[in-house]
Amino acid sequence: MAKRIEVSDLDIYYGKFLAVQGVNVSIEPRSITALIGPSGCGKSTFLRALNRMHEVIPGARVEGKVVMDGQDLYGPDSDPVTVRRHIGMVFQRPNPFPTMSISDNVAAGMRLNAKRMSKSDTDDLVERSLRGANLWEEVKDRLDRPGSSLSGGQQQRLCIARAIAVEPDVLLMDEPCSALDPISTLAIEDLMTELKEKFTIVIVTHNMQQAARVSEQTGFFNLNGVGQPGRLIEFNPTEKIFSNPDEKATEDYISGRFG
Amino acid sequence: MSTSIQQRNTGTGPHDAPPERRGDGKLPRWAPWACFAAALALAFLLGALTSSNIVLLVIYTVVLGTIAVYVISRVVEGHRRATDRLVTCLVVTAFGIAMVPLVSLAYEVIRRGAERFDGEFFGASLQGVIGEGGGAYHAIMGTLIITLLTTAISVPIGLMTAIYLVEYGSGRLKRSITFFVDVMTGIPSIVAGLFAYALFVIFFGPGIRLGIMGAVALSVLMIPVVVRSAEEVLKLVPNELREASYALGVPKWRTILKVVIPTAIAGLGTGVTLAIARVIGETAPLLVTVGITNGTNLNPFEGRMATLPVYAFYQLTQPGVPPQNAIDRAWTAALILIMLVMGLNVVARVISRVFAPKTSR
Repeated sequence: MAKRIEVSDLDIYYGKFLAVQGVNVSIEPRSITALIGPSGCGKSTFLRALNRMHEVIPGARVEGKVVMDGQDLYGPDSDPVTVRRHIGMVFQRPNPFPTMSISDNVAAGMRLNAKRMSKSDTDDLVERSLRGANLWEEVKDRLDRPGSSLSGGQQQRLCIARAIAVEPDVLLMDEPCSALDPISTLAIEDLMTELKEKFTIVIVTHNMQQAARVSEQTGFFNLNGVGQPGRLIEFNPTEKIFSNPDEKATEDYISGRFG
Repeated sequence: MSTSIQQRNTGTGPHDAPPERRGDGKLPRWAPWACFAAALALAFLLGALTSSNIVLLVIYTVVLGTIAVYVISRVVEGHRRATDRLVTCLVVTAFGIAMVPLVSLAYEVIRRGAERFDGEFFGASLQGVIGEGGGAYHAIMGTLIITLLTTAISVPIGLMTAIYLVEYGSGRLKRSITFFVDVMTGIPSIVAGLFAYALFVIFFGPGIRLGIMGAVALSVLMIPVVVRSAEEVLKLVPNELREASYALGVPKWRTILKVVIPTAIAGLGTGVTLAIARVIGETAPLLVTVGITNGTNLNPFEGRMATLPVYAFYQLTQPGVPPQNAIDRAWTAALILIMLVMGLNVVARVISRVFAPKTSR
């Protein structure tokens, strides 16, 4: 079930270094929110803070509030493992588990958590998730082959299938198409448009056309200089950002004049 | 396009300088071999003039042949190729020198060990044997039992230490563990033996000899090797896989158990097998902890046991009369030991082949 995420006064640190400062944003359910901005401005860091993947890095921590459906994800009674079960993630580079077959990869969320499932339920889940990721037709005859035998674009869709198989509320995507060719990119963009019926999707992208094509809301991150924390400069409907942004920095970045 | 390239090439490039004075030619393929053949002939001649001996002959041939190849190549092919040939000769010579002890050792052990490589050697102990006959059944079993025990002690400790270092450890504790593991790697094996002996003397009084003592002593030697190799292998598991697992809501310990270790299992198996191979031939620690016996004792918690290295040591140093029988037995024991180590290396290769993540297209 898609859920709304409210972020207020979020500061994200790597050790003593303040990487992202003062983010206030509300991410709408059942829509695609795109985050754009130059490299190193904290888009990915912010994205990883949304499902508590940020703190996996030693020394990394977060201050502020991320509230999903009334529950503070960083509250004292919130468990990062549970948070990540509700907020799935797809990474920049496709990372299927090399020791598992295609179907095991899809069922990994269940299998790794030792959830008992009957054979037929598992098969159903695998088929449903692969269909959801538009990959079923391509792999249905070789489900027991290793996941790494697929092409890059297929691997990325396999990772999406793996992420939606645990039925999260929110799907975070960290530059999911940056390692892919235009055709695979198109396949994944189509997929995102389908998935937003069921999930809240947040995508980080360097490709502004992609943000313009798929998203309803767009956030622009920027930083004032090296060593300065990144900030959310502007957050508006995508159409407005790309036609008539409020901030000059956004306009400069989108039209290719920055710095 | 092509003309412009040609023009540029015919420009001022050093390659297109006026025809070189010398060194434009190329030696035929057989030329180096001919050089060495000539060197061999010359060496024979030298050998005939002075006192002849095979080692001198080889040295003469290599030195003369190398010089000949270099000089001829320098004249015909020029400076750069001549240097290349000289270095090739030096590298091959170094390889040959490195192979000498290996080949001669293998040859000698097989030749002498084959003498007693028979059914009786594998089937009988030394119980009541004087002179001819007898075997090393008790020593083979002892080595296998003690090595198995050592592995059972070392692998869990070593593996868990490595997992701690790679997955959990940070700061001062991690640094000091790494440091002490490095120190442990350098412990002389006799010190490990004395340590185990001193440890057991506390509980059982002086003069105690037990199979398990040997296993403890060997564990002191094996644990750091396991830690080191497992640590390297676990570090090789890409972080992306861990993150992929975390992102599915899998707790850290399950991620380690179900993702990290299966991905690294091939390397872990290889590391453990090679660590076993390293300790299986240790003599000194077993000498002081396990001792030796002529009869078969398969209980590591009761009395002395025989092991192959200690067996070989005693057969060689206290052969009895006539000595030849015992010396033959020592060589065969050495041969079996080498075969065990070689077998373990083969097992390690098979493990890494079978368990390697499947990436076939």
